[in-house]
Amino acid sequence: MTLTVSNLSVARGSRILLEGVHFTLAAGQALILRGPNGLGKTTLLRTLAGLQKIETGQVSVAPETTVYAGHADGIKSTLTVRENLQFWAKVFGTRDIGPALAAFDLMDLIDRPGGMLSAGQKRRLGLARLMVTGRSIWMLDEPTVSLDTHAVDQFATMIRRHIGQGGCAVMATHIDLGLGADAQVLDLSQFRATDPAPQSSDEAFL
Amino acid sequence: MSLWQYANPVKFLNLSGKVLPALSVLTVICLVTGLYWGYFVTPDDYKQGSTVKIIYIHVPSALIAINAWFMMLVAALIWLIRRHHVSALAAKAASHVGVVMTLIALITGAFWGQPMWGTWWAWDPRLTSFLILFLFYLGYIALWSAIEDPDTAADLTSVLCIVGSVFAVLSRYAVNFWNQGLHQGATLSLDKEENISDVFYFPLLFCIAGFVLLFLVLTLVGTRAEIRNRRARALVARERG
Amino acid sequence: MIALLIRDLRLALRAGGGFGLSLAFFLIVVVLIPFGVGPEMALLSKIAPGILWVGALLACLLSLDRIFALDFEDGSLDLLATAPLPLEGIVMVKALAHWITTGLPLVIAAPFLGVLLGLPAQGYVWIIVSLALGTPALSVIGTFGGALTVGIKRGGLLLSLLVLPLYVPTLIFGAELARRGVLGMDTTTPILMLGGITCAVGALLPFASAAVLKINLR
Repeated sequence: MTLTVSNLSVARGSRILLEGVHFTLAAGQALILRGPNGLGKTTLLRTLAGLQKIETGQVSVAPETTVYAGHADGIKSTLTVRENLQFWAKVFGTRDIGPALAAFDLMDLIDRPGGMLSAGQKRRLGLARLMVTGRSIWMLDEPTVSLDTHAVDQFATMIRRHIGQGGCAVMATHIDLGLGADAQVLDLSQFRATDPAPQSSDEAFL
Repeated sequence: MSLWQYANPVKFLNLSGKVLPALSVLTVICLVTGLYWGYFVTPDDYKQGSTVKIIYIHVPSALIAINAWFMMLVAALIWLIRRHHVSALAAKAASHVGVVMTLIALITGAFWGQPMWGTWWAWDPRLTSFLILFLFYLGYIALWSAIEDPDTAADLTSVLCIVGSVFAVLSRYAVNFWNQGLHQGATLSLDKEENISDVFYFPLLFCIAGFVLLFLVLTLVGTRAEIRNRRARALVARERG
Repeated sequence: MIALLIRDLRLALRAGGGFGLSLAFFLIVVVLIPFGVGPEMALLSKIAPGILWVGALLACLLSLDRIFALDFEDGSLDLLATAPLPLEGIVMVKALAHWITTGLPLVIAAPFLGVLLGLPAQGYVWIIVSLALGTPALSVIGTFGGALTVGIKRGGLLLSLLVLPLYVPTLIFGAELARRGVLGMDTTTPILMLGGITCAVGALLPFASAAVLKINLR
């Protein structure tokens, strides 16, 4: 259950953003993809998740082991915490949302509509969704935006627990996640595309 | 070397640049000959007077209106399958010509009908189908303009063209069904089944040829403009990045 | 996938105005027509099937941009696209949810509004049949349009422009079916064509819609 990326190039629209990206993620590991805004962290993550196509290179991972959590949280504000989670449980074919509720401290909020949750609670709900899917490789895009330091600590604890149980996580962010030495960091600036390569759509016109 | 080499935008620009002047001259010759011959040299029709001469514009424009869409369909398929940018841009350029041709066909159709039927419009199957085609063109053009990323726009408009083509054919049959009870026999007959005498027929051929060439010339010019536009974008992007 | 259907229905119900809005619009259109063409019942009853069809069609249009836009904006569409559900299936479920929340109420409301337009007695069954057969096609075609314009801000007007020409065959056969039913004429052709269009569209268009969604999610 590993994620191996070799010589990967990703593009957004007609511009190649990153090229030659390579890393391996094994069970029990957490990887932070770091880089300034606009570099292509989101694009890379979306490519890994299968939402965007690979320009060149390879991503080796079993698709049924991955789950993606985007920048926007995808929580329906008119559905309760329970309904949100149960929906995803049914979609991913798992049964029980109980463990996730307990793990992320959401039992008291179980009947509260998503719209009435604080930012930190929403993040917990987002992570609970990841757990409910039963998938081991978590891909998260900017998971700690708008969280205060306490919530960031909570987040770090939850990630540690996930990888402690044999899962792995790859997270794209430009802020400190508070994981310290528990996570490797990969600076994506080294993979910045030097010249928009010939495959870039507009380039074909020159 | 096959025809596909001209899918390369630069090669296409070169070839079309060489071909365009000659084509344009040919277009003007055909159009002027056909129109002058048709309008001034041929006699007036005993039934319809001089208004029938509107067919010299109406028929060719209608033919182009339909065939432009068909060309767009082929270009859309080529884009989706082989990702040739020139194809996608050619479809876009052709759509602009096509929509104007459809409008000309509609307006000239109305002008033709007015003296004969006494109304400026009739919902006969042919005219109605052209009206629907006009709407399809509008939607296609609007979608191109609404989307920023050129590749996404090309993809989406290609799918729209394909789906639209199916529905356009379906609409044709639906409209025929819808109007079968009315205007039977009294409608315009643009078919070549009607016995147009040779006197009218030959100038019409010239006009059709002229319009086809006009379509070709305008589409080439439009495609070249689109290609140049993308080149400019690429240069700016290079500078920025 | 049933879970998705239930979720979408729940969301529509709780969104406030989901259900009722299209019905209200249908009512408004039907009420406005007599103001436009005069109150003569003889005229109105002649054109009643057509008015009901056009009104239902326009009311369907209203809720089309909600199909995907809401999920697109809050990121759920990304999550759905990366879930183990086939995108074609998601599209079909969304079309079905749209029909249940918009088309079906219109079908039920139509006979009542037919009273306002003096729809002849034998027309009631036929208007229900034709709308019941045709509105699913409107939902499926509308879903395609919604998928095309999902990324476009204020795409509602463009959506209408794209979808309305595609609605023409269904409208023609649906209204014709209702009209012929009223007059007691032979209804085989329109009913077959209408049913045929709905089935074909339902079977084939989701593939196009899914392809378009993939393009827009890139």
